[in-house]
Amino acid sequence: MTIDTFVRVAEVLPPRRGAALRARIFGHTTILIGATVILAVLAAALAAPWLAPHDPFAQDLSQRLIPPLWDARGSWTHVLGTDQLGRDYLSRLIYGARISLLVGASAAAMSAVIGTTLGVLGGYFGGGIDLVVTFIITTRLALPVILVALAVAAFIGSSLEIVIAVLGLLLWDRFAVVTRSATMQVRALDYIAAARAIGSSTARIILVEILPNIANVLLVVATLEMAQAILLEATLSFLGLGIPPPAPSWGLMVAEGKEYMFFSPWVITIPGAALFLLVLAINLFGDGLRDITAPESRA
Amino acid sequence: MLAYCAKRTIVAALVALTVSIISFALLHLSGDLAQSLAGPSATAADVEQVRKAYGLDRPIAVQYAEWFARAMRGDFGQSFFLKVPVGELIADRLPVTLTLGICALAFALALSLPLGVAAAVRPNSWLDRLALGLSVLGQALPSFWFALILIIVFGLKLRWLPVSGSGTWQHFVLPAIALGYYAAPAFMRLTRAGMLEVLASDYIRTARAKGLRTMSVLFKHALRNAIIPVVAVAAVQFGFMLGGSIVIESVFSLYGVGYLGWEAISRADFPVVQAIVLVLACIYVLLTLLADVLNAVLDPRIRVC
Repeated sequence: MTIDTFVRVAEVLPPRRGAALRARIFGHTTILIGATVILAVLAAALAAPWLAPHDPFAQDLSQRLIPPLWDARGSWTHVLGTDQLGRDYLSRLIYGARISLLVGASAAAMSAVIGTTLGVLGGYFGGGIDLVVTFIITTRLALPVILVALAVAAFIGSSLEIVIAVLGLLLWDRFAVVTRSATMQVRALDYIAAARAIGSSTARIILVEILPNIANVLLVVATLEMAQAILLEATLSFLGLGIPPPAPSWGLMVAEGKEYMFFSPWVITIPGAALFLLVLAINLFGDGLRDITAPESRA
Repeated sequence: MLAYCAKRTIVAALVALTVSIISFALLHLSGDLAQSLAGPSATAADVEQVRKAYGLDRPIAVQYAEWFARAMRGDFGQSFFLKVPVGELIADRLPVTLTLGICALAFALALSLPLGVAAAVRPNSWLDRLALGLSVLGQALPSFWFALILIIVFGLKLRWLPVSGSGTWQHFVLPAIALGYYAAPAFMRLTRAGMLEVLASDYIRTARAKGLRTMSVLFKHALRNAIIPVVAVAAVQFGFMLGGSIVIESVFSLYGVGYLGWEAISRADFPVVQAIVLVLACIYVLLTLLADVLNAVLDPRIRVC
């Protein structure tokens, strides 16, 4: 029952293929906005060494907490100002995009593998296997994610790799839930019966018939999970147990700026706004993707 | 009905048992516990003594069984750092976290139900679009950052509300908003979808045809049925909020279970962390069980499956 409730929240219906797919993509404003922002952040992350005006780690205590350009005291040398150690904020922001995107994509990929495997197993085989899968999902949902992630990171030492692994191991629930119900729907269709009738092996049916047909839905879930992973990495780093300093994780930048936020609010507003925009863009892209691949599921 | 409830209860108990194994395993992630308890300067003999004193020399299954048996009686051992029983610590802090959770849930529902109903009454109107826009924005807002913005604006600039501590009800306003806004979009979408479905049904047409006022039709007839899925999700979201309270409580220095958990994690106070994970997970399991049973009572169709 709990599982079904989650499906209702996810509002994901089986995909529909259409010849007008390309037309729909370019006629869809939110997906274009989302994709543009994501591509811009990705480009900035890739070209960070050439784009960043300064070394993101170089400290200069004589240049502490310089306000951004739009403030009367701002200057072109430090367009987004500097932090409490005199590091150039724009450079840190650009390098920080690398962390967010890397964590988001890797954790989403990892949870996709775990969740899809579980979901396909439960949805395709049903019966006892499905009971076990449902049980694993229910147990995972009962664990308080942030607390467990923090505890693991703290007890075995946090690093970029650990954060990715912990998030990947914790965020697969939606993948599993959605894959399971999508697989169940697809399994009942005629072309699966046909594949079985011509003697396809189970592995072939799953890999060639089922997975490609639920790929659209999985792609939508992947965007949601990537957004989720980026937010969680920032949260862990904010609480001091994510990416260790001096790496320019956006969440860590907010944490480090917290003490100075009243007189120098940009130290928290800038990285937070970057985080907000990136996650918003990924969500818009995902929502758009859902509209395009399954327009009838629009709530 | 009884069979359904019994089945759900057994599953819930099994989940709680599995979670207890996971939270016990958390303790052993750090490697040799006796070594970390004894400290870096301890000799091999000291470490052995600590190992014996804490019963760490016995097989792990025995250790787990003992810990579980004691946990069932509410005895989670002693805090390494504070030297007081963990059960007492949690019992002290739980009311604050539950209050925060309830306020956050109330805020989320108060925001999302009217918006959801309004959006369903006039689908595709500007109000519907506004509600959808708000929910998209809300889901992208990092809660710790939103909490800091609330502190700057309402606490430091406007000085309307206190920003740290848990003494009065005013202390809970900003934390409840920072924790609750994230659940609102899900409630709103569910309310809207449920209302759209119900409003198209025959009994609503009947209610309208016999001349009932619009408000009465909407809230007495339609919302009651449309809200059933919201009840289940609200219980689940409440569980998530308790888990998410760790972020909000540490930002606002609210002395609840989440803050305790964060402190315990930072000073490697394993028994406390373990117990909090278990307690929060068990509350979540109980809530989902309650939601399922409540759902079955409200909607007879569910009892069959």
